[in-house]
Amino acid sequence: MNRTIRVVIAKPGLDGHDRGARVIARALRDAGMEVIYTGLRQTPEQIVGAALQEDADVIGLSILSGAHMHICPRIMELLREKGLQDVLVVVGGIIPDVDIPALNEMGIRGIFLPGTRTQAIVDFITAHVRPRVESI
Amino acid sequence: MKSAPAAAEQGRERRSPERPRPFRTISLRPIDRLYTPDDVRGVDYPRDLGDPGEFPYTRGIHATGYRGRLWTIRQFSGFGTPEETNERYRHLLRAGGTGLSVAFDLPTLMGRDPDHELSRGEVGKCGVNVASLADMETLFSGIDLGSITTSMTINSPAAMILAMYLVVAEKQHASWQTVSGTIQNDILKEFIAQKEYIFPPRPSMRLVTAVFAFCAEHVPKRNTISVSGYHIREAGATAAQELAFTLRDGVEYVQYGIDAGLDVDDFAPRISFFFNAHSDFFEEIAKYRAARRIWARVMRDRFKATSPRSWQLRFHTQTAGVSLTAQQPYNNVARTALQALSGVLGGTQSLHTNSLDEALALPTAEAATLAVRTQQIIAHETGVANVVDPLGGSYFVEKLTNDLEAEALAYFDTIDRLGGMVEAIERGYPQKEIAESAYRFQQAVETREQIIVGVNDFVAEEEEPVGILHIDESVAARQVARLDRLRASRDGARVRQTLDALKGGAQGTANVMSLLLDAVRAYATIGEMCDALREVWGEYEEDPVI
Repeated sequence: MNRTIRVVIAKPGLDGHDRGARVIARALRDAGMEVIYTGLRQTPEQIVGAALQEDADVIGLSILSGAHMHICPRIMELLREKGLQDVLVVVGGIIPDVDIPALNEMGIRGIFLPGTRTQAIVDFITAHVRPRVESI
Repeated sequence: MKSAPAAAEQGRERRSPERPRPFRTISLRPIDRLYTPDDVRGVDYPRDLGDPGEFPYTRGIHATGYRGRLWTIRQFSGFGTPEETNERYRHLLRAGGTGLSVAFDLPTLMGRDPDHELSRGEVGKCGVNVASLADMETLFSGIDLGSITTSMTINSPAAMILAMYLVVAEKQHASWQTVSGTIQNDILKEFIAQKEYIFPPRPSMRLVTAVFAFCAEHVPKRNTISVSGYHIREAGATAAQELAFTLRDGVEYVQYGIDAGLDVDDFAPRISFFFNAHSDFFEEIAKYRAARRIWARVMRDRFKATSPRSWQLRFHTQTAGVSLTAQQPYNNVARTALQALSGVLGGTQSLHTNSLDEALALPTAEAATLAVRTQQIIAHETGVANVVDPLGGSYFVEKLTNDLEAEALAYFDTIDRLGGMVEAIERGYPQKEIAESAYRFQQAVETREQIIVGVNDFVAEEEEPVGILHIDESVAARQVARLDRLRASRDGARVRQTLDALKGGAQGTANVMSLLLDAVRAYATIGEMCDALREVWGEYEEDPVI
C-alpha cells in the first residue's frame, strides 16, 4: 500500500513573508499529504535535519528574497551528504528565469513562480515523488 | 402574488439578465446591483461625514484637499550598497520625487551585520544594507536632511536606525527640531503579518514607546510610527481586516504610550498610518474614508484627546504588490494606475506606485520612473485633484464606508475581549484570521471565481521577457570589507563601553534612545546593538502552526 506523502515546507533565509508557504502547506494537506511546516528562518542544516527526522518524501522551499542561489546548493549538498538524494526538492517564490537552468542542474526540477495554481504543485509532487511502500 | 413593481423588476431582469457569476469585491464581499437612498438612511451629514477638515474627517483632514497641497510622491527604494542607493535617490529627486523612502535589506531589518552567517545571500538584495553610522552617512551624502522628508521602513531595529539618522542630521548641522519624515516603527504588524521581528512583543513595545517619548521631546516634527495595514493586506487580509487590525494596532500604541506616562496630545499627532491600495476600486476608497472616521472617534471618545491633530488620521498609501503578476508584466502598469487613483480619491497624504517588474525583481530605473510618471498623470491630467472627496455622497461609497466601519468595530470588540492586541497576537488570533482569508482568496482564484488577467484568464501563449534588475553578488563582499575596515578603525573600547551601557539600560527601565545614540556615535553596528538587547530581552519565535 502506498503510504501518505510526507512534505516538509520550509522558509529558509531571513525573510518573514510566509503567505505563500502557508497557503501551499494547507493546499497540500487538503490534497491528502502530511505536511510539516518548519516555521521561519531555517538554516539549510535545520531544513535537512527536519526532512531526515520526519522521513520526508518532499522538501518544499519558499524563497522570495533573492537568496535562492545561496540556499539551494547548500541544501542539495547536505541531502547528498546524508544519503537523502531521493527526497524531491521543489522551490516556490520569486525566481528569475535566468536562474532556472542552474537550479535544474543541481537537481531541483519543480520550480513554481507567482501565479502557479496549487493544484499544479500537488500534481507535480504526486507525479515525481519516489514511490515508497509502507515498511510494515 | 407579486407586487406590481416586483413584477416589473422581474420583467426587466428577464430582458437583461445578470452574468452568471458572483458579484463580489476582491475581499469576497458580496455587492448589490444598485444602491439607493435606502442604503444611507440614518447617515447624518455633520455627525458622520462633515465637511473636509471637520470632525470626524470622513471626507478628508484638509478643507482644501489637494488644492492646498498635492500628495507627496514617495517611492520606496533601496538596494545594494549605500553608494548605489544614494545614486538612485538622487535620480528619483531629479525625476521630481518629493520625498525619499528607504528600503533596507533583510539583514538590516533583522538586526544582523552583513558578515553574520544568517545574512549569507541576503545582503543588499531586498533593500540597502546599512550596518553602521558610516553607511547611513553614505546613504544621504549630498542630500540635505533639513529640507527633504524621509520615510524609513524599519521596525524591530527602528530605534537604532532612527539614532543613526539623527546623528547624520547632526553632522549635517540640520536641527533635530526641523527634521521631519517618518519611521515605520510598527512592530505589531510584524508579529501579525510580515514576521520581521527580533525581540518578544513586550520589550518590542518598550522600544516603540521609547521612540515616542524621545521624539516628543527632541524631534517634534518627525512621525514616530507608521501604523501599517499594507503588510497585513499583502499577507492575505481582506479590506475590512486590514482596516480593523491596523486601527486596533494604533489603539494599542496609544494605550501603551499613555501607560508609559505620556500625555496623549503630546504624541498622538505624530502617529501616521500606511494602507494598501488593492484592486477593488470602491472598497479601497471606502476603507480610507472609514479609517479617518473611526480614528477620529476613537481618539476623541476612547482616549479623550483634545487636540484636533490627535484626531486626524494621516496616511501613506502603496499600491498592492501582491496584485502584480509575473505574467504579462506590462499589465501591472494599468493595475497600479487604478490602485493609485483609489488612494488619491481616498485622500492619501503620500503615495508609492509599484513598478511593473516587481513580481520579478526589484525595479529597474526605467520601471521606477514610469511609476512616478503614473502619479504625475493622475495629479496633473485627470482633474481628480480639483475636488475634495469627489465620491462623498455616493450611495454606494457611503454604504461601503459604513459597512467597513461596522466590521472593523466588531473586530475591535473581539480584540478588546482578548485583552488587547498584544494578547491577541500572543494567541495567534489576527494571524489565523488572515491565513484563513489568504486561503479563501487562493481558492477563489483556482476556481476562477476571481479572475486575474494573464494568470487564470486571457493567458498569453508566448511572453516577451522584460529586462530586470540584477543585484550584483559582490555587494555582500564589499559591505563585509567595509565593515572590517570600520571595526579596525573605530575606538573599540568606546564601542564596548556604549554597548555595556545599553545592556544596563535595557535591564532597567531607562529610555534606551540616548544610549543608542551614544553607541551609534561610537560606530557600533546594528548587529552589535541588537545583540546587546538580545542578551537581555531574548528573541521571539512564532509557533509554526498551519
